[in-house]
Amino acid sequence: MEQSERRAEAGLGEDGSLLLPMARTGPRFWLFVSLLLGVALWGFFAWSTQLRRGLFVTGLNVPVYWGLYITNFVFFIGISHAGTLISAILRLAHAEWRRPITRAAEVITVLVLFFGLGCVILDLGRPDRALNVILHGNFTSPLLWDVASISTYLTASTIYLYLPLIPDIAILRDHFQGRHAFYRALALGWTGTPKQRQRLEKAIAVMAVIVIPIAISVHTVVSWVFAMTVQPMWHSTIFGPYFVVGAIFSGIAAIIIAMAAIRRAYHLEAYLKPIHFNNLGLLLLVFTLLWFYFTFAEFLTTYYGGEPMHMAVFLSKTEGKFSPYFWIMVVTCFLVPFALLANNRTRRTVWGCVAASLSVEVGMWLERFLIVVPSLSNPRLPLTASSYTPSWVEWSLFAAFISCFILLYAVFTKLFPIVSIWEIREGREHAVSEVTTRIESYLPDTLEATHG
Amino acid sequence: MARWGMVIDLDRCTACQACVVACQVENNVAPPSAEQATRGRAISWLRLVPFKESEHGTRPGLRLVPLPCMQCDRPPCTKVCPVQATQIDKEGLVAQVYPRCIGCRYCTTACPYTVRHFNWERPEWPEPMAEGLNPDVSVRPRGVVEKCTFCHHRLQRAKDKAAAESRPLREGDYVPACVETCPAGAMVFGDLDDPRSAVVRLSESPRAFRLLEELGTRPKVIYLSKGEWGGTV
Repeated sequence: MEQSERRAEAGLGEDGSLLLPMARTGPRFWLFVSLLLGVALWGFFAWSTQLRRGLFVTGLNVPVYWGLYITNFVFFIGISHAGTLISAILRLAHAEWRRPITRAAEVITVLVLFFGLGCVILDLGRPDRALNVILHGNFTSPLLWDVASISTYLTASTIYLYLPLIPDIAILRDHFQGRHAFYRALALGWTGTPKQRQRLEKAIAVMAVIVIPIAISVHTVVSWVFAMTVQPMWHSTIFGPYFVVGAIFSGIAAIIIAMAAIRRAYHLEAYLKPIHFNNLGLLLLVFTLLWFYFTFAEFLTTYYGGEPMHMAVFLSKTEGKFSPYFWIMVVTCFLVPFALLANNRTRRTVWGCVAASLSVEVGMWLERFLIVVPSLSNPRLPLTASSYTPSWVEWSLFAAFISCFILLYAVFTKLFPIVSIWEIREGREHAVSEVTTRIESYLPDTLEATHG
Repeated sequence: MARWGMVIDLDRCTACQACVVACQVENNVAPPSAEQATRGRAISWLRLVPFKESEHGTRPGLRLVPLPCMQCDRPPCTKVCPVQATQIDKEGLVAQVYPRCIGCRYCTTACPYTVRHFNWERPEWPEPMAEGLNPDVSVRPRGVVEKCTFCHHRLQRAKDKAAAESRPLREGDYVPACVETCPAGAMVFGDLDDPRSAVVRLSESPRAFRLLEELGTRPKVIYLSKGEWGGTV
């Protein structure tokens, strides 16, 4: 009773329920957090082992100099794609169904980027010298292009996450007296005057345009780390767009999984409805088909050309020692999501979209692995090939990174509303009339209007 | 300015591996631990690589070919290094700057010859060997990449000596350890820009070829294919 009164005071009406995760934290949350912390601590132990003994503790060798860390780097940076990019596209397209999902998506981008960068640090033989990249940067190296574009993307995505947070932080500032100073500082004196609103909307619109080319550049450049070398099945002109498509593909899947998780944990069924999953599911279906198209084009070109060096890698993927992973990838990246998402009955359910998304994540991780390892396993000169089996340290750090990412995401939901309150309210108050006006503007003018 | 290159005559090479041992000793390359070796992590700046003699010939077999760094004129490794830790110098030597290398191993993956090596652990020598390290060559720390340098410390020494004797560098003053050691005289070293040098004369032989030259790397290691003496293995 008391609580509903306070909610009414804040003037939030029914949307006050979006503040509940910040107001109340149950034992289940703490259990979940300690579980994640446990995995993170284990990862810390693995990392200290690697710091003490060097990359000796990995399964890497000659010629497979890159393995799980680089696979995870590409995978995490890929996941980062959907958040900011999808949110920006939906905002620019005035897609009204975006309102409850943009925040949840944008947070993924900002958080997962740190882990992508972390993978590169893990992979360094001398992490203590990482700053040499700035001190002695060599701009002919695609790795330096990565450093430049990923740090730009991280900055832009953080600003793009923060701007639409400001009005919500102001709500929190007025609502939670305990954490007043924290929220007051972050709210930047927001009171919601028309002038402030106008400026904010302008800033968000500008950022939404800016982040799109930056996001595309990021995964293009990640692909160029491979494509710029002359190694078989890396040196491909299709790699830029192929990586971008794969990145958005795995990113949309990550958004769907995150949405389903917060929907269940915080009972947001009223906000994240099956229609939202359905719409994202359709987008995921489009990318399922795009992924298949690119993969098919890439493999057919290699096969038809039949160059022995390229065929050695091709065959190790399709029928050699990597073939189990390859065919699991085809099933999980294409067959499973296609079957689930092309079918109206499964796509219109939350579980259908989530199952397809989980499958896509497994498949896209395998895709990254199958890009990095088989090309290195088949060197051009007849060296004694040794096979690569990732060590416990590499697996532990992978698990720890995923745990830390989920942990930070969970902490975010406890500090800020994961569904944008002001945008939902704006939707309730203005969107219906705006959309009506917009639709009317599409219709043919009446005779009176044209003739004055 | 010289442009240093090497010719390896496969007709003369007996695959005795004396060059491999000379290289290890000259350049302070530590012998790998048993665990490292079984994991395929042994460091070897110069090694013998088994090429198939012939796919369908009457005498199938393996031919062992010495493989040092090709010291490419257009090295795929130097341009991908994010910290300029590997560079090609004015005399065409592709050098590695150990104190700057961050160990990202981009150069090792970009090199189509797989001749770059990574220090998986701190190098260690058995007791008597540890006292006999070459003082002219720095011992590499853990976590950095290293590779064949054409023994460029020997070039420095040769230049110093020539300067002390106030004379120009002569052919034969600077020779890497592998070339010096080869008992069969299969390896020849010299200036590829000097038309009178032995390497230039040999590189014009119809038997001359370079490994993976179709990639446009312009290697400065030139092989002479087997043939003159009737193709004995």
